[in-house]
Amino acid sequence: MRSFKDTGHLFRLAGLFVIGTLLFFGIRAYFVPKSFGQYGHYRGNAIPEMAAHPLHFAGHQACETCHTDIFQTKKTGKHAGVNCEACHGPLEKHAQDPSIDPGKPDVATLCIRCHAASAARPKWFPQVDAATHANGVPCNTCHQPHNPVIGAGGSK
Amino acid sequence: MPHVEGFMYPNEIALYWSILIVLYPYITGLVAGAFILASLERVFRVEAVKPTYRLALLTALAFLLVAPLPLQLHLGHPERSYEMYFTPHLTSAMAMFGFVYLWYLMAVLVVEIWLDYRADIVAMSQSTTGWRRLLYRIMTLGSTNVSPRALRIDDRLGWFITLIGIPSAVLLHGYVGFIFGSVKANPWWSSALMPVVFIFSAMVSGIAAVMLLYMVSMKLRREPIDMRCVDTIARYLLYIFVIDFSLEMLDLIHRIYEADASFRSLDFMVHTKLYFSQIVLQIYIGTLLPILLLTIMQFRKFAPATRKAVYSVAGSLTLISVFAMRWNVVIGGQLFSKSFLGYTTYKVALVTREGLLVSIALMILPFFILWILIKLLPPWITKPAAPLESSTT
Amino acid sequence: MNITRRQLLILLPAAAIAWEHVLAGTPESAPNYTMTEHWWGMLIDIPKCIGCGNCVAACQKENDVPDGFFRTWVERYHVTDWNLTNPEVISPDGGKEGFPAVKEDENGKYFFVPKLCNHCADSPCTQVCPVGATFITPDGVVLIDQKYCMGCAYCVQACPYGCRYIHPVKHVADKCTLCYHRITKGLTTACCEACPTGARQLADLKNPKDPIHEFLKTHPVQILKPQMATGAKVFYNGLDGSVR
Repeated sequence: MRSFKDTGHLFRLAGLFVIGTLLFFGIRAYFVPKSFGQYGHYRGNAIPEMAAHPLHFAGHQACETCHTDIFQTKKTGKHAGVNCEACHGPLEKHAQDPSIDPGKPDVATLCIRCHAASAARPKWFPQVDAATHANGVPCNTCHQPHNPVIGAGGSK
Repeated sequence: MPHVEGFMYPNEIALYWSILIVLYPYITGLVAGAFILASLERVFRVEAVKPTYRLALLTALAFLLVAPLPLQLHLGHPERSYEMYFTPHLTSAMAMFGFVYLWYLMAVLVVEIWLDYRADIVAMSQSTTGWRRLLYRIMTLGSTNVSPRALRIDDRLGWFITLIGIPSAVLLHGYVGFIFGSVKANPWWSSALMPVVFIFSAMVSGIAAVMLLYMVSMKLRREPIDMRCVDTIARYLLYIFVIDFSLEMLDLIHRIYEADASFRSLDFMVHTKLYFSQIVLQIYIGTLLPILLLTIMQFRKFAPATRKAVYSVAGSLTLISVFAMRWNVVIGGQLFSKSFLGYTTYKVALVTREGLLVSIALMILPFFILWILIKLLPPWITKPAAPLESSTT
Repeated sequence: MNITRRQLLILLPAAAIAWEHVLAGTPESAPNYTMTEHWWGMLIDIPKCIGCGNCVAACQKENDVPDGFFRTWVERYHVTDWNLTNPEVISPDGGKEGFPAVKEDENGKYFFVPKLCNHCADSPCTQVCPVGATFITPDGVVLIDQKYCMGCAYCVQACPYGCRYIHPVKHVADKCTLCYHRITKGLTTACCEACPTGARQLADLKNPKDPIHEFLKTHPVQILKPQMATGAKVFYNGLDGSVR
């Protein structure tokens, strides 16, 4: 055709673009993960992968199935709302295999973490001046950690 | 850990966007600006700047080829950057990057350069030897048709491509401004003016860069500088600089006047941490002084030597000023806490992947590439070589 | 106590059965977890927070959070001279080891504000991700696909609350996952588990029996930076006007 006589080079250029575009879609089909777009613009498999992360804290329900006596002591006292691992640390390994000894928390640093007096803490919260309250005597000499008010059920 | 004054949210103390993210808009800005200068001649028929037409295109290409490098060096996983092409998230301005870049590189810049140089490429494919001959032959795409009609078609198509190249250049750099301007979490960035300011400062930097490159190239080749050309470029530089400065002042005045919740914190930051880079470097030395110098040049016809010296100074200051502007936006936006209660510091590392040495290397690299491009596609041949026999296509 | 293998073989299945019964009482813990039945959030009760930092420490242990970065943290506010617009705020190491003791201020007040990812329903962070590496799940948790993330840090810039960071070792974005691996098993988040006063409570807004509904009805609650219109799902009771 006469009108296309001097445009051969442009057709070659256009051809390059077409080949490039086809290559793009071909490579794309290979690389995009299969589960992409399952729920939205993301890899659908990411959700179960996140859900499968390992636990470090077992959750208080796990503790209470075995340590029922401590649970009974605790649930009537002031520490009823304090979950086991809040003081004892992550215990999933122990919950899976109770022969693993989790050790006991260090009383010297544990209790004052919450109960050291500070004007920043809310007024309703029981606080003591760590230096003068016990004269260096460990807290659990007088307070039973699972039911801490002296004189309450289960105290020393 | 950087030094913190006041309070910052704990995760805000480290800066996540480094000097490389300052470089990226600077480089794409030079690309857009150089292209706009080229389009002045091609589309708006400002004949005076024709001597810089091809140089401007090659400059744009050299910088465009380097542009993705600071981004790749910054990414935590550059090997995954292809994901932007295969699964772009359409609500993200950043996702546009891959396609806008590709479009601009292939469909605009490379095609326009090819169309403009095609006659020369064909000539050189027949006159050179060795690997050069092979290279030029590949670049002809197998067609040696340089008949007057073919060249006329090339010219018309090139004009059309330049025409769509202008909004493409605006998009290439404007979207970078939008990347910042659309972040509502950051009051230093969040502004409808941000893309506009970015575009105009890009034009200013690109025009200044081509002007300087032209003068330096002519000097190196011991050729006379076309004064009518540089006078015209300098005039356009002045006009666009005035618009750019007005936009930046509008943003500033608007901020000061409205004085919203972020104002006190940002104002303090500008007067302390950003004082040198913003007030002194970007505004006084980098904008007001060049505008003053270029304005003076309009009122009297000074001797060519004087004009060349003034243009060189003004152009250099402009380039520094636009870099400072990118720095103030990117780094400044991360120096203050989103709690408006504190500030952190940014110390550019020296030898790390996102450090000063890498940044300097990335800024030198385009000039190296430009040198190669000039050798391969000399911009100084303004007339195509005499038409040779076209082979039957 | 020393348990023999035989005792263990009896104890473990018994415990497992007992656990099922315990869990069955909490409606959100069904063994087959269906995402569309849940819409997660959290309730933070400021007057109950004592600033012990247990939550920060627990989160770090549960999720291997790197030092110097925080998926959750606690801020301590000191409003001085009753000036709400310019509080003094500190968060030493995110509050992980608690806070230094202070004396009473007659012309001001102190309080603690735990913060974490707000799992926004209209999150600006998922909006800006260029590749689809961060997203909100059908059950309302904003997660990061760390196998897909390129580490561009745009989401970190876009979060108004400062809850995201780039993991210094993995070089991808990281943040609170609302302990997705726990809540889908009927457990609560590590931070809520560790909180001694119940200041932090996981909430399932789609569960009609969840205590949050009663709480929202009877207390005025706030979210952080409401002007950002992020649809934040972490609700604060007693949030002071000085909180940033």
